[in-house]
Amino acid sequence: MILSKIFKNTLLILTACLVLSACATKKEIASDIKGSMQGDVYTGTDTVEYLAEGVPDRVFFATNESILTTASRETLRAQAAWLRKNSSINVVLEGHADERGTREYNLALGERRANAAKDYLMTYGISSDRITVLSYGKERPVDSGSNPLSWSKNRRSVTVKAN
Amino acid sequence: MIKKIITLFLVLIPINSYALIEVDITRGNLNPLPIAVSPLSIDEKSRKSFEQALKKENIGEEISTIVENNLSTSGLFNPLNKEAFLQAPDIANLKPRFEDWNLIKAQALITGKVNYIDDKLRVEFRLWDVLAAKEMMALAFTTVPSNWRRVGHIISDKVYERLTGEKGYFDTRIIYVAEEGPKTQRIKKLAIMDQDGSNNKFLTLGNELVLTPRFNPTSQMVTYLSYFKNLPRVYLLDIETGTQEVVGDFPGMTFAPRFSPDGKKIIMSFAKDGKSDIYTMDLENRIVERITNHPSIDTSPSYSPDGKYITFNSDRSGYQQIYIMKNDGSNVKRISFGNGLYGTPVWSPRGDLIAFTKLHKGKFYIGVMRTDGKGERLLTENYYQEAPSWSPNGRVLIFYRETKTNDKGEGFTAKLWSIDLTGYNERQIKTSTDASDPSWSSLLSN
Repeated sequence: MILSKIFKNTLLILTACLVLSACATKKEIASDIKGSMQGDVYTGTDTVEYLAEGVPDRVFFATNESILTTASRETLRAQAAWLRKNSSINVVLEGHADERGTREYNLALGERRANAAKDYLMTYGISSDRITVLSYGKERPVDSGSNPLSWSKNRRSVTVKAN
Repeated sequence: MIKKIITLFLVLIPINSYALIEVDITRGNLNPLPIAVSPLSIDEKSRKSFEQALKKENIGEEISTIVENNLSTSGLFNPLNKEAFLQAPDIANLKPRFEDWNLIKAQALITGKVNYIDDKLRVEFRLWDVLAAKEMMALAFTTVPSNWRRVGHIISDKVYERLTGEKGYFDTRIIYVAEEGPKTQRIKKLAIMDQDGSNNKFLTLGNELVLTPRFNPTSQMVTYLSYFKNLPRVYLLDIETGTQEVVGDFPGMTFAPRFSPDGKKIIMSFAKDGKSDIYTMDLENRIVERITNHPSIDTSPSYSPDGKYITFNSDRSGYQQIYIMKNDGSNVKRISFGNGLYGTPVWSPRGDLIAFTKLHKGKFYIGVMRTDGKGERLLTENYYQEAPSWSPNGRVLIFYRETKTNDKGEGFTAKLWSIDLTGYNERQIKTSTDASDPSWSSLLSN
C-alpha cells in the first residue's frame, strides 16, 4: 500500500515536472517576443533604417498613444544632432498607426505622432521650416502581420530625407 | 448624364387601394415572402431588335432576373423557381390564373411586357396579390434601351415600396475604394458600381492613394481624400465629367469629408500641430468655417438629415467616443458610454439612429444607437470591420471587413458587406478586386 502510494507520488511529481518544463519552453518564446517590446512599444531594430551611422530613422509608440518614450527621445536627439550638422537637409516625418483602428481616426493619430517627433526635433534646434509632417494613418504598414508585435512595428514616426 | 439617360416616363395606371399583402421590415424576416417573378414577355420582333441593340438574347428574361436577384438579396422575398411556373409570361400578364400561382405557393406575382418602340425600351409590369386574386400595382415606362438594368432596379424599388410601405434602394450606386497588391504597398483606386455589383468602373488610375469617397446626396458629385503629390487633401470629383478640384486651401492634411444633406457644404477634418478639428466649406461661396476648436482629435463628422446637428468622433475624453453638437459647433455632448472605443458615427437618413464602429476587447462591431446614445444594438462582430454607410431608405448598412493574416503575414483581404438594420441578412457584396470604404448613393430616380 505504502509503496504504491510512494510510487503514485513520484509519478505525480514526474508529471508535474513535465508540465512545468513544457510551460518553461512556452514562456521562453513569449519572452523572446517581449524582448523586442516594452509594454506594447516596439524596441527591436528589425525594420529600422539609418539616416547616418548611429542615427535610427524611426521611433515607436504605444497603442493609441503619441507620447515619446525614453528610447524615442534618444533617437530624436541623434536625429537633431545629425540635422544640425547637415543643415541643407530637410525631412518629412511620416506618422503611422496600426491596423486596429478606424481609418479616419488613424489618419489624425499618425499626424499627432509625427508632430510629437517634430516638436521634439524643434526643441533641439531644428527649424520647423525644415520639417514637413505627413500622416499615412494605417495605410502603409511595414509589417503585414496580424499580431501585437507586427502592430507595434507599424505604430511609428519615420524621418525621411526630403532632398 | 444620369438625368439625361433617365428619359423615363412613369405612367400610373389606376389601381385599387385594398389593403393587401404586406411585408414587415422592422423585424428580422425569417420567412421571406414567396414571390413569383414571371419573365417579362416579349414579342419576336422586339426581341430581335433588342438582341441587335444590346447583345442580349432575351431582354425580358434579363430584366426579370435583375428583379429576382434584388428581391432575393433584400432578404425579405423568396423568388420562386421559374421552372415551376405553369402559366406563359404573356398570358399571365393579361390575366393570371391565380389557382396556378397559388399551387406553387406564390403569395405575390410580378408579370410584365417589354416592347421595342421607336428605338426605345417600353416596359409595363404588374404586381398581383395571389391570395386575394387582385392587381396591386401596374406601371409602364419608356427609356433608352441601354438603361435596361436600371429598369430592373426601378421595378424592384416599386415592388419593394408597394409591399413594405418604404422606399426601395435598388436603383442606386456604390462608390468605394478598389484595392490591390500586398498589404504593405496597397494600390487604391476609386471605383463605382451599381448596388448589385454590375457596371463596375474605376475612376482613378491608382497612381496616388485615395480614401473615403462619399456621395453628394443630391447630385453625382463625390468627395474623397487623395494623396496627390503626397499632399493628403479633400477633393471634389464630378463622376460624370471627371473634373476634380481640391476643397479649400488648407496648410495641412484635410480628411474625413462628407456632404451636408442639401449637398451644398462639405464637412471635414483639418489636422494641424497634432490636433484635428472639424471645418465646413460652402461649395458656392467657398467660405470656410471652423466648427470645433479643441486640442483633441475631432473627426468623422456626419450631419443629421435636417442639417441641424452633427455627430462626430473625438478623443477629448481620452479615448475615441461619439459626440453630437449643433451645426455651429455649440452644445457638444458625448453620447457613447458603453464599454470600448467608438468611431465612424453616421447619421441615418431617417434621422433616428446613428451607425458606428466599435472596438471592444480586440473585436470590431458595427452597431446602431439612438441619437441620445441609448438603445445601443451591435449588429455584427468580426476581426476587423468599420465604416458603415446607410442605404438611402435607412434599412441596410454597407461596410468593409478585413481578414486577419496568417503567421507569415499572408492572406489579407478587404471586402464589402451589407447587413440589415435588424441584424439579419448579412452578405458579402461581390467586387472584382478587394474593396473598402463604401458609400451608398441616393436613389437615382424617385
